[in-house]
Formats: sequence, C-alpha cells, structure tokens
Amino acid sequence: MSTAKIEVKNLVKIFGDHPQKALALLKDGYSKEEIFSQTRQTVAIADVSFEVRAGEIFVLMGLSGSGKSTILRCLNRLIEPTSGSILIDEEDITRISEQQLREVRRKKVGMVFQQFALFPHRTVLENAAYGLEVQGVPKNDREERAKATLETVGLQGWEHAYPSQLSGGMQQRVGLARALVCDPDILLMDEAFSGLDPLIRREMHDELLALQDRMNKTIVFVTHDLDEALKLGDRIALLKDGAIQQIGTPEEILMNPANEYVARFVEDVDVSKVLTAEGIMKEPGHVLSHKDGPHVALRLMRENGRSSLFVVDRGRRLVGLVTADAAFEAAERGQPDLTGVLVRDIPTARPDTCIVELIPVLAETKYPVAVTDDNGRLLGVVVRGALLAGLAKKGEEKAS
Amino acid sequence: MNGYIPLADWVETAVDYILIHCKGFFDVLKAIIWFAWFNVEEVLAFIPWWALVVLLALVAWRYAGRNVAILTFLGLLFLQGLGVWDGMVRTLSLVITAVVFCIVLGIPLGIWAARSDLVHAIVRPVLDFMQTMPSFVYLIPALMLFGLGPVPALISIVIFAMPPLVRLTDLGIRQVSPSLLEAARAFGSTPNQILTKVQLPLALPTIMTGVNQAIMLALSMSVIASMIGAGGLGDEVLYGITRVQVGRGFVGGISIVIVAVVLDRMTQGIRQRWREKEV
Repeated sequence: MSTAKIEVKNLVKIFGDHPQKALALLKDGYSKEEIFSQTRQTVAIADVSFEVRAGEIFVLMGLSGSGKSTILRCLNRLIEPTSGSILIDEEDITRISEQQLREVRRKKVGMVFQQFALFPHRTVLENAAYGLEVQGVPKNDREERAKATLETVGLQGWEHAYPSQLSGGMQQRVGLARALVCDPDILLMDEAFSGLDPLIRREMHDELLALQDRMNKTIVFVTHDLDEALKLGDRIALLKDGAIQQIGTPEEILMNPANEYVARFVEDVDVSKVLTAEGIMKEPGHVLSHKDGPHVALRLMRENGRSSLFVVDRGRRLVGLVTADAAFEAAERGQPDLTGVLVRDIPTARPDTCIVELIPVLAETKYPVAVTDDNGRLLGVVVRGALLAGLAKKGEEKAS
Repeated sequence: MNGYIPLADWVETAVDYILIHCKGFFDVLKAIIWFAWFNVEEVLAFIPWWALVVLLALVAWRYAGRNVAILTFLGLLFLQGLGVWDGMVRTLSLVITAVVFCIVLGIPLGIWAARSDLVHAIVRPVLDFMQTMPSFVYLIPALMLFGLGPVPALISIVIFAMPPLVRLTDLGIRQVSPSLLEAARAFGSTPNQILTKVQLPLALPTIMTGVNQAIMLALSMSVIASMIGAGGLGDEVLYGITRVQVGRGFVGGISIVIVAVVLDRMTQGIRQRWREKEV
C-alpha cells in the first residue's frame, strides 16, 4: 500500500504563449495575479507535488478553476506540463517520446470523462473495445474481452445498442468499461459522476467502491463535490488556485483543517457521516482472558474504574463481555472462570463504520461497542461519551 | 474598358506564358481527364436504355427506398420518351466523372485543411474566390488551355463543384467534439487512428452533404459548359436560346430538372441512412 504508483514533483502548468517568462516570475515568488498582470500568462498549476499510492483512491478536490482537471490531464499528458516531473512506476512520463506515451496510455492509464465522451457512431461493444482496437488486438479477441468487461459493469445485453439509447448512468458504465478493458493499473476519473442524478450517482459510488475492492486499481478521482470526495477518497488533496491546500485522509481534513480555506470548505459537512469508529474509539485498556476467574475480573474493574470488561481469547479475538454485576455473582457462587456469566451477544463495529450508523446502536445497548477487525480481533472501544465528544469537537470549531 | 490598371493585359500575358511553357503538362492532364470521362461515357452508352433505367431504379431502391426508386424509374422513362436519352447519358457521364474528380481531390484537401490551420487559412479564400467568381468566367481559361470539348467542360465543372465539398469536409471534421478527440487521445490513438476511427465516421453525414452539393453544382455547370462543347442536355437549352426555339429549350430544361431531382433524392437517401445509424 505504501509504494508510490504516481509521483508528481513540482508540477507547473502555465497557459499562454510565453510560459517561460511566467515560470521565472513564479519561481521568484510572485502571485498568480501579479504574473497575469505582468505577462498575460495564466498560472493553472503552481508548483504542486504529491504522490498516489498503489491501490488507493486519491481525490483531487477543488472548485472550478482550482486546476484539478488540469493536474489530472497532466498525468497522461493530455495537457503538457510546463515544468516538473511526473513519475509513473518510477518512469518520468514528461520525458518520454510520443510513441512511448501512447504505450503508457494504451496499457497503463485508463480514463473516464465527465460528459462520458462516448463515440456516438459506435455501439456499446465497439466503444468498450476501442482501447484494444487501437492496439491492434484482433476483432474476436477484443470483442470477447470487451463483453467480459461490460459484464463487470452490469451492461450485459446492451452490447449492440448505441450510446444515445442509454441513460446517463448506463453511458458512464460504458465509459468505465472502455477505461477498464485494457486492464490498466491506473484509472483517471474526471468528474466522472458529476453529470448524473443524485440517486444514480450514489449507486455508481457504491459500485465503484465494490469494483475497486475486487480490482485494486490506483484511482485518481477529480471532483468538486466534498461529499463525493469524502465517500470515495482514501486520501484527498484539496486545491485552490492551482496549489494544494491540504492532503490527508477524509478524517484528517475534517478534524484538522490545515488552514482557514480548508476549514471553511469543510464546515458544512455532516461529521457523523464521515467520522468513523476508528476515529473516536478508545484503547480497550485491560482485557480479560476467558480463563481468568471472577475475582481477577472484579479487581481489574475496581482498579480501572470500569463497570465492564471485554474478554478475548489467546489470539486477542473478542469472545464477549463481563459486567461487574455478573462477575460479582460468579464470585459469590464460587465459579472458577467466567464462561457462565459471559455476555456473548454484544454490539460490535468495524473501524470504518460511520458514526451515523453507531448512534442507534449505542442508544439501544447498555454496553460499550467493541471495534473489531475482519478477523474478530479487538481494536478498540466506543462509549457514548467518546461519540458525543467527537461530534462536539467539530461543533466547537464551527462555533469559534 | 479604359482603366488605369491593365489587369486584362496581365492575365492574357500570363495565360499566353502558361500556354507556351506548360503545354506538355496540360497535354498530359487533358489525356488523363479525357480517358477517365471517355470510359464512363462508353460504359453508360453501352448499356441499353431500358437496362440502365432498371439498374438505376434498383440502386435507388437499395440505398434510398421505394419512393425514390419509383421516381427514378418514371423520370428516366419520361426522358426516353422525350427523345433526349443520348443527351442524358452525356450529361450523366460528365457529372459522374466530375464528381469522382471532386471526391478524389476535394476530400483529401478538406481533411488536410481540417488538420492544419495554415492550410485552412490558405484554402478558404481560394474557395471563396472560386465560388463567387461567375461561372462563365471559368470557361475562358479552360477554353484557351484545352480547346473545345468535354475536357475543358470537365475542368470548369470540377472547379465550380468542388468548393462546397472541400468546405464541408473541413467543417465536418472540425465539428467533431473536442472531448471525443481527447478521449481518443487518452486511449493511445495515433493521429491516423483518430482520423479514420473518430473524425471521418462522425464527419461522414456532412461530407455526404458536400457530395450531394457537388453533384447538384456539377449538373448546373454542365449546362453552362455546353457553350464550350460539353454536349448533353445543356445543348438542348443552348439551341433553344440561340435559335429562339422555346419548346426545345423547355424540353432541355425539364430534362435537367428530372436528372437533378433523381440524383438529389438518391444521394440524400444514402446520407439519411448514415444519419439514422447514429441517432
């Protein structure tokens, strides 16, 4: 996860006839406006550096004119960068020839567009097969692969329709299939879902995340919609005037905005939809082994001021929970261990469970919620106080 | 004609110069054009009239539907009845040959103009010049360089009929949405792949409009070119004018209208086919 798939270093893009003049001014620290008034050149991207890790969804977010789409197009050189380097798998694509660049576009980088940009004179199948066709893959072979790809995006049966016969959501599925057919490592998505109805859009989000689970691509996703960024992004880069304001996980951006602009940008977000169990959980503290006796349990509770403790097995997998009352009862009856008084049916959550889902759980149970990983290992605990504190912290920031 | 600027003298000098120094070139050109036209004419004249009527009606049926087929069938029978069949064959051969030359020269030129702003900037005023120049004026240099007969007629027809085809090819390609070109580039298409897989197919309806225009203009110019020996239906009109034979002139006129309508419907039908596939 931690290896850089794409590495962008000091990327600059200046639109105009004399970019070098503007570039010199930019290096001397002049602002975008000063450079424009002096040279009539527009600085679209001003010295941007970031890296995208293999297998993550990296979101470039910003308002229109922030340079996000320009950065995306520099990644496959649909727009030529003015200066800086872009490394894909450690190869600097700003220095390769047209021929090599075409190979990169054919094999490594797929792209999905805002207005779908499907070829209206080609059927769905021919659209999906386009990337293979330009590579010279024989007709039967490429149609078979395109069919398989169309199936993964849920379009089987539509192969021979023309794009104009499909709804927006379906058209973008074709766009997705066209980008996926060559099995590229990297997917560039330019406001891919912005043109869709909210309901369809949400559906496409879920589907993209499901696809990503299976295929594990490296995705660079451009959007102006914060909710979309927060939902899809493993990490988000927030842009303004062609410069990065902050890069971080959705939670980092929400909870620790780097500056005033980021804070204003995120202030209207419903935190409960974004904040996850992982973000507000506490260390589980002392836990009991299922072989421990009731007296050990009571002593630990007393020492830690707790009214209940989790019980785990040798692999730290969650077995259940013991309350002080139950432990006391077991001690009275002289039971040697806790198995008889264990509460096994307790609420649990995953680290990525949203707070909005945790609230009803916490409201109904009298126990703390255990946070476990995919193997059932205990990671932390969420209690009502922590949840309220998590929400309140955000509220305070807004108020101040 | 007593101006200060002796433009007429200059043009005559230039044409004289060309006549003397480029005779070989024009002889070769003449031979090529004559050969192309002669074969078309021979083939059309070789087919019996009734067979040609049926053949054209079938072509119309295949590409443009039943109504156009009926129109073609009845229209051509009417021309045979009027006794202008040979004239019709000559006119048709001129139009077909001229349009083939227009397509072979005009479409590549249009593509070139679409891909290069420089070529576009050069070609456009030349086309404007060709289109606004009264069609009679073409006849003079054509006559001087090639003498009388079908060859100078064809040259003037091609010059007159080609501009809209070049223009519409250029326009059709330039009208293809930039976002589609971007998508084609993003998937690693070469410039030639972009042209053949995206630009030309999408420009095809517009290019077909250009072909249709070229056919119509070629037909109208073939009438004017009868003054320099093109022959065909235009001769009927020309006789009608020079000998004040109203009836004969009318027969020539109505025959040309029939040929024009048939050719127009046929090419429109073909174009419609392409359109429907897309929408």
